[in-house]
Amino acid sequence: MSTAIPEQKGVEAVVAQEPVTATAKRALSSPWASLAAIIIAVLWTIPTFGLLVTSFRPESAITTSGWWTALWNGGWTLDNYDQVLNGSDTNLGTYFVNSMVITIPSVLIPISIAVMAAYAFAWMKFPGRDFLFVAIFALQIVPIQVTMIPLLKLYVNQGFAGSDAPGGGFYTIWLSHSIFALPLAIYLLHNFMSQIPGELIESARVDGAAHVQIFTRIMLPLMAPAIAAFGIFQFLWVWNDLLVALVFGGGSLEISPLTVRLAELSGTRGNDWFLLSAGAFVSLVIPLIVFLSLQRYFVRGLLAGSVKG
Amino acid sequence: MSTGEKFIQMVIAIAVFFAVVAVILLLTQRLRSRRGELVQSAAFVLPALALIGVGLLYPAVTTIYQSFLDRSGDAAVGFDNYKTIFTDSDQLIVLRNTAAWVILVPILSTVIGLVYAVLVDRSRFEKVAKALIFLPMAISLVGASIIWRFVYDYHDKSQTQIGIANAVIKGLGFDTYKFILNDPWNTIFLIIVMIWVQAGFAMVILSASIKAIPDDIVEAARLDGVGGFRMFRYITVPSIRPSLIVVLTTISITTLKAFDIVRTMTGGNFDTSVLAYQFYREYFVSANQGLATAIATLIFVLVMPIVIYNVRQMRKLEAR
Repeated sequence: MSTAIPEQKGVEAVVAQEPVTATAKRALSSPWASLAAIIIAVLWTIPTFGLLVTSFRPESAITTSGWWTALWNGGWTLDNYDQVLNGSDTNLGTYFVNSMVITIPSVLIPISIAVMAAYAFAWMKFPGRDFLFVAIFALQIVPIQVTMIPLLKLYVNQGFAGSDAPGGGFYTIWLSHSIFALPLAIYLLHNFMSQIPGELIESARVDGAAHVQIFTRIMLPLMAPAIAAFGIFQFLWVWNDLLVALVFGGGSLEISPLTVRLAELSGTRGNDWFLLSAGAFVSLVIPLIVFLSLQRYFVRGLLAGSVKG
Repeated sequence: MSTGEKFIQMVIAIAVFFAVVAVILLLTQRLRSRRGELVQSAAFVLPALALIGVGLLYPAVTTIYQSFLDRSGDAAVGFDNYKTIFTDSDQLIVLRNTAAWVILVPILSTVIGLVYAVLVDRSRFEKVAKALIFLPMAISLVGASIIWRFVYDYHDKSQTQIGIANAVIKGLGFDTYKFILNDPWNTIFLIIVMIWVQAGFAMVILSASIKAIPDDIVEAARLDGVGGFRMFRYITVPSIRPSLIVVLTTISITTLKAFDIVRTMTGGNFDTSVLAYQFYREYFVSANQGLATAIATLIFVLVMPIVIYNVRQMRKLEAR
């Protein structure tokens, strides 16, 4: 009894001092909930972690023991990365360059065109404006598979495709990515743009500014976060794309991005894990850096409905 | 082409593009009259309209037309291509697999994303915990397929296992399993890869939505003695219902169109093909244009109602 009394007092004191939010917090973070969260997090991380560990192990060790044994046995090497980047039969360095060359214009061009169109739809008056905007918006429902075969034939007939084409065939990929990005980009940027107060535009017009000046001096700076949001989205989409590159790259490895080369390696050298693991991480590095450093903008883009498939 | 030449091509393309844009802006800058404004609007809108018209509208109409032609596009065959999709035994397996993908991926990704979002909400490690689940979103589906092929790696039970899934199975004393070869369950194991990628998306959207639930509702429920699972069931889920629908429909659309996982993991063999991959295979491997365009049109028809529903929901969300 003598020990129970002070204990009771202690509990009462704690309850009295504890704010309501803390009670809520405690109820939510019960040990079972934490355990479930940890299990999901571990299950989600292990596959990537396993391949990452494998990419730093020697070829002989990969095939004779599980990657988890390396955690206590050690034996790390950078040979796989050296081979993947500089080896004569893989030479992912070339494809890394291709991915860069494909991605940069495929992000810049559609965004520029879309910002201009979105501005016109939001702040300029011209006949058929509302109809055209709804039409562009509706075209988002066209899956890219539906457009591919006729578009490819069009490119071939116009001499855009193939290795003799101008730009070595890159133009077809740039153009296709730009086209496929436009409906969503215009819709999204228009949404952001029409939220800017109309008085701002009006007063600039009264002061004698033309649309072009309003667009370049006022609109572009204000739109920077929205443009960043869509830009990251488009960047990840293009960098990680396989279908467009396969179909419009004309099957030539000369201009193929990393994804195409990796998919091919996975088919032809499916059990050479020293190549595949290092190759996968070479292709992951850039999107991961972009993603982690600009995650805030990416999430904003997602929440604004920029979802594409 | 050498690396240098490629970058030069890229710089030329970007420079030409921005030069054209700059010229358009400069030329139309000085126009002030009523007609001038029309010209300006045209300069701003026409590039986008031209690209969309040539690159989306014209090909979509052509594809639908070609789906009623034969394999080389010479003779009209009516609905024969569609009949093949729904009667041929290989194509029926494709339809079965597509149905499994479109039902399982959205539901399981959303459930896992939702549960996880609730579990880590307001915890001390929320940011890190969310990043871990969200990370697969940045990985290409090709990369994800390679990561999971390694997880599923198979060796006979007598040998050392290097794939973690079979290592666990062997550790528990069972016979090792050919995850990628054994029909029909191999489709389920490919679906798991897509769930792994999409759960992060569901989690981010739903987590934002959960944080937007007004505190006083939660507080009132708590004073009434609601807690734990009943809080989740009667307060959290109804409050985020619109976001749940957006997440479910968005993932369904993405899943219907995804072909990378099937192509990288099995090449469509072992009865794992789906519509999006079959389209590619019929045209580029079997050179059957009629069937390929019919499959593309079918994807279009399947996606259309989901997109329209999705857009309506998003409008409602924005209106709130």
